[in-house]
Amino acid sequence: MSKTLFDKVWDAHVVKRIKNGPDVLFIDRHLVHEVTSPVAFLGLQNRKLDVLFPDKTFATADHNTPTKNQNLPIKDPLSAKQLQTLKLNSKKHKIPFWGLGHKKNGIVHVIGPENGITLPGATIVCGDSHTSTHGAFGAIAFGIGTSEVEMVLTTQCVLQPKPKKMRIIINGKLNNYVTPKDVALYIISKISTSGATGHFVEYSGDVFEAMSMEGRMTVCNLSIEMGARGGMIAPDKKTINYIRDREFTPKGDAFLKLLKYWNSLKTEKDATFDREYVFEGDKIEPMITYGTNPGMGTSISDGIPYSKDLNVNKETFLKSLNYMNYSEGDDLIGKKIDYVFLGSCTNGRIEDFRQFANFVKGKKKCPSVTAWLVPGSHNVHNEIINEGIFDILTNSGFEIREPGCSACLAMNEDKIPSGKYVVSTSNRNFEGRQGPGARTLLASPIVAAAAAITGKITDPRIF
Amino acid sequence: MSYDKFIDLTSTAVPLPIENVDTDQIIPARFLKATERVGFGDNLFRDWRYDENNNIKENFVLNNKSYSGKILIAGKNFGSGSSREHAAWAIYDYGFRCVISSFFADIFRNNCLNIGVLPVQISPIFLEKIFQAVHEKPQTNINVNLKKQKVSIVDIELSENFEINEYKKNNMLNGFDDIDYLLEMKDSIIEFSKNSPI
Repeated sequence: MSKTLFDKVWDAHVVKRIKNGPDVLFIDRHLVHEVTSPVAFLGLQNRKLDVLFPDKTFATADHNTPTKNQNLPIKDPLSAKQLQTLKLNSKKHKIPFWGLGHKKNGIVHVIGPENGITLPGATIVCGDSHTSTHGAFGAIAFGIGTSEVEMVLTTQCVLQPKPKKMRIIINGKLNNYVTPKDVALYIISKISTSGATGHFVEYSGDVFEAMSMEGRMTVCNLSIEMGARGGMIAPDKKTINYIRDREFTPKGDAFLKLLKYWNSLKTEKDATFDREYVFEGDKIEPMITYGTNPGMGTSISDGIPYSKDLNVNKETFLKSLNYMNYSEGDDLIGKKIDYVFLGSCTNGRIEDFRQFANFVKGKKKCPSVTAWLVPGSHNVHNEIINEGIFDILTNSGFEIREPGCSACLAMNEDKIPSGKYVVSTSNRNFEGRQGPGARTLLASPIVAAAAAITGKITDPRIF
Repeated sequence: MSYDKFIDLTSTAVPLPIENVDTDQIIPARFLKATERVGFGDNLFRDWRYDENNNIKENFVLNNKSYSGKILIAGKNFGSGSSREHAAWAIYDYGFRCVISSFFADIFRNNCLNIGVLPVQISPIFLEKIFQAVHEKPQTNINVNLKKQKVSIVDIELSENFEINEYKKNNMLNGFDDIDYLLEMKDSIIEFSKNSPI
């Protein structure tokens, strides 16, 4: 039978197929962070076991870290203890650890690709749902729970039923001011937050082929927000050029051998998918969300739809609008906002900062807006300085913070106050996600930049 | 390491007829700072149970004394969002052993199965019937029989079958965990690693 890209990578990693049960899947790369790992390491201690393959395991601190004064001791004792626990566990089990202050520190899904840990055709897991990001390289990458983190630490395998397959094809060309983030928000608004549950998605077509690796990462990152186990894009020249010569990318003959495998990673012509969606690239406009799940998104100029026009549970829909203090049929453009957040594993890479800076260049930040610009890693931070983006942003009244997950999840110090509106380039607009009572509007770096300048939801195309 | 066996459960239930309940609602991220698995039940649905001054929100179902039990009945797409197993721990610590819904998010479902909470997926029509029965009479008993893969509304003798793969069913019935299974095949995993493409 003809195979898809997903079949090829999955099947190459099956150690055993359990009859009427899941597959035993071998994991090539295990990324570990401070929040979902401590109980897993306790499990190892209780079972008196070691990490089976420390050289396939990498640890970083990102969720629970401050993004200011990282050189100072952590104020919150619980956060400090969690960070210290990861440090000790990494040391004990000889796992490479890039903690706070390390020059390679950053958000786990930003530093994996930057350092060549992420490779095409690999299986990659992490105790974090946005592990789907790494699918941009043609890897099978997905989030796991803490019991599974323990499973991978001790046996380098997970037990997973093989997901169904979905293909999302978008052909044509994207319009100006339309970014990969808009593409993903558009898809989620069409198929809902559970539209791809139980599936692994392959993105294909002109739009994804034309995208940079950073853009592909943004799209694959948001696969989980449509319910998918993960998403992937077939590796091409762009992929290979990106990973070549990075620190952990194999070199020499090993690289050439892998190249042969990577070149085989294409969906065959006759291969079939359980579900398929086709969209047109030029129909996509700058997007923004207005509710409390990422499926509640719309073209920025369209305004909030009426529940009667959507296939949704009216009670849940209105509960969501009530949280936002919005009403059905409201215009979105012109609504006042208080905060702007540029960053996260969704939009915390160099391309996102380029887009933001291009837009705000020569303009001034609206004085009533608090803007948090948080690079995904020290490496991104260095690029921001080297490319002159730092100066552009500073001249426009913006300040750059230190790397971390920051305001994406309201776990560290960066929380949006109750009742305030934030245009955020992150991935979730759930109730309280960015702080108890905070109201999140998910959008691209360009839409976030426009809002930072005007203090209102603004169509970037009017400038 | 084993967990509680799940064979057959008869209990009253707590209804939560909201769709797309995400893991940030089940347990907000600010309660994920622990380094041990203790006390998560106190923060289950924290921001729906308590206001910002930690006063009880009377209108939330967990604060309604009419409803109690070891079964949570939830609207479609329960557990979407983050992979935090803390969400499943919070549900377990609070005292639930089973969640019934018409649709579950993938990672949350796996997390439940890995700690001994049974996620039971039923048809939207039967879910509606359970909600109705429990709303009309909060003392309604729901029976979940894993061996027969059957959920019943006891008092009115309505039931429906549910799916679960044989391997996971056997684990739940016996309280076995996946790590014990994998450790037994450690040699073949190490052998496999030598030929893995990456």
